[in-house]
Amino acid sequence: MKELISSITKDYLYRLIKDGKRLDGRGLLEHRKLDIETGWIGTAEGSARVHLGDTDVIVGVKMSTGEPFPDTPDRGVMITSAELIPMASPTYEAGPPREDATELARVVDRGIREGKVIDMTKLCIKEGEEVWLAFLDMHILDFDGNLFDACGIAAMAALLDSTVPAETFGFGEDYPLPIDHVVIPTTFYKIKEQIMLDARLEEEMISDARLTVGTNEKGEIVSMQKGLSGVFDYQDTLFCIEKSKEIGDSIRALMKK
Amino acid sequence: MNDKKELKRELLLPGDLIEDEGVKPGRGTFKRDGKIYAATLGIKTVRSGYVNIAAQSGRYDPKKGDRVIGTVTDVNSSIWMVDLNAPFPAVLHVNDVPWRVEFGDTKRYIDVGDAILVKISNVDELKKIQISMDEEGLRKLNNGQVIEIAPSQVPRVIGRKGSMISMLKNYTDCRIYVGQNGRIWIDGPLEGQYVAVKAIQMIEEKAQVIGLTDAVEEYLKAETGKVLEVDKENV
Amino acid sequence: MADEDVKLIDEKGIRLDGRRFDELRPISIEAGVLKRADGSAYLEWGENKVLAAVYGPREMHPRHAQNPSRAVVQARYNMAAFSVPDRKRPGPDRRSVEISKIMSEALEEIVFVEQFPRASIDVFVEVLEASAGTRCAALTAASVALADAGIPMSDIISSCAAGKIDGQIVLDLGKKEDNYGEADVPLGMVPSSGKITLLQMDGNLTLEEYKQVMELAMGACKKIYQLQRDALKRRYSTSLKNFEEMADDTEEV
Repeated sequence: MKELISSITKDYLYRLIKDGKRLDGRGLLEHRKLDIETGWIGTAEGSARVHLGDTDVIVGVKMSTGEPFPDTPDRGVMITSAELIPMASPTYEAGPPREDATELARVVDRGIREGKVIDMTKLCIKEGEEVWLAFLDMHILDFDGNLFDACGIAAMAALLDSTVPAETFGFGEDYPLPIDHVVIPTTFYKIKEQIMLDARLEEEMISDARLTVGTNEKGEIVSMQKGLSGVFDYQDTLFCIEKSKEIGDSIRALMKK
Repeated sequence: MNDKKELKRELLLPGDLIEDEGVKPGRGTFKRDGKIYAATLGIKTVRSGYVNIAAQSGRYDPKKGDRVIGTVTDVNSSIWMVDLNAPFPAVLHVNDVPWRVEFGDTKRYIDVGDAILVKISNVDELKKIQISMDEEGLRKLNNGQVIEIAPSQVPRVIGRKGSMISMLKNYTDCRIYVGQNGRIWIDGPLEGQYVAVKAIQMIEEKAQVIGLTDAVEEYLKAETGKVLEVDKENV
Repeated sequence: MADEDVKLIDEKGIRLDGRRFDELRPISIEAGVLKRADGSAYLEWGENKVLAAVYGPREMHPRHAQNPSRAVVQARYNMAAFSVPDRKRPGPDRRSVEISKIMSEALEEIVFVEQFPRASIDVFVEVLEASAGTRCAALTAASVALADAGIPMSDIISSCAAGKIDGQIVLDLGKKEDNYGEADVPLGMVPSSGKITLLQMDGNLTLEEYKQVMELAMGACKKIYQLQRDALKRRYSTSLKNFEEMADDTEEV
């Protein structure tokens, strides 16, 4: 099943966007109301629920211990997964993750991994034998577009909220998950030559191309993902990166509160 | 607002007993052991001897004669499949359009993605929905846009004696058609459409505000800069 | 289930979390919390956090599962990976498949399924945090979500468990009580008529104890029913306010 939008409504959206306007009156580079709530899942080591407009996601972090990968014997392991559960949209079906969910999980994962968000060396218990495993599970509750930013922000907030449950596992005192960097993804959508931030569902449905840029607090780019069958030109990407830094900073400031 | 009238109104939940005497079970009710109960969540109304529950939520339940706005999802050589936001897709047959369509020529008249204004001509026992475009006013919608609200909010967008919808039209210079299925067609100047959409969203979001009509009018005045004295009692 | 080492009730009859034998954990319910779903409800019950969403009536897929004379109620009970102390692998396991089945059957009893031939009414319950009694929490939330979705139904189902711990009959077992107690009986019922729509039991009870357990659970269902009603009334009572500004349902435009 696919989301439905009529041709005349598409045309209206195109005309609006050409004028630099959006359905809900936002500016092209303005995101929807962002609400971050951390720590309300007691069974998780860390959690965050993020509302981005009507998009509603929850990310929980669970930790246990296990063997490290042979090539990184002194580092912890992070495993990320996303579920597009049928609660979130009439078009989602129960069953194993589809391509969309896999891409989403991998893009969020890349931002955190490549951005060296977690100091993995501090998650080593005994080199080559036992390390901490951090499971990052993303649960999509209500889908109204732009899961990349909602999940990426929720994942970052959940990690900042996490405690390593050392005591439970008999490895001394609990300690906060060691976080080195705060990576924030921002996703841009290109519709008829206009570039806009944070598409809601109707906008996402008519988007030609999508670009997610993850930046850290130093303004460095740590991950990118271009999606959909349309294209960006080089100048577009520079523009998106520039804006991503600014917007990322404003969201990072929000998270510190 | 009239306080007395408000007091009479009652919100019922499924399974609630209806105690009014001498009424017959109407829409949204059911009878068990000689007593009438509410079957859906909604507001109780009594009219011409029947007690009905005006649902406050839920999907569109197609009824014969309703005028609705559909989106075409599929075409074959003799029918169009149309989404009405109802439990099932509806079927529009080539014989039920105002044109003489040659076999296999359907796509030339109405294509996937087109928005159409149609009438429910029949809903059978298996809830199969037939629709027709062969009546005055029914047509393919060529310009403007279609937005969607909860079907239960349709009476609010129309307003008492059509007061809300006339006001929207007058202030925004748009043509607006409210389908019974909660789809609303709006056509007119871009600026007007934009304001109309915002005003309708306001009606949906602030459904609970007393004096909603006045609040929406304030918004329309501010946005359009127009001053109109709409006679709300007699539109 | 039984473990003699853990003391669950003290001399004064107070349980580990401070409750007396006939007390429920705190429960709060909110109706209409999701945008995309046709109806939804969020429920907190002690440490339990569950979210229920309803879609439908809508065309049933796969088609061969359609019933030509009535709708099929399909409930899906699912636990988030982070909802339990040891991470749960995503996806259905035997336990959640069983709970989904008995929930579907319980809800089918109250829905006027014959009004929607060929359709499905889908109920999705996500357990976000679990702490004993999630099936009762799920069924209670699902009923509210169904009413919120405007689904025609004859009643609302309320659900609660009671059981036996340290040789005593108690209401609404908490996590430790569930783990170390002697019996647990989750009940789903229609409080107005007393009809039982869900019933399970595990452990060991005499007939006399069973009667006491049921009495406690049935009494609690009535209290929970009131909370469900309050949640729905809170969400919709405001629609009464400007009812006079609305078009009559017979009005043509």
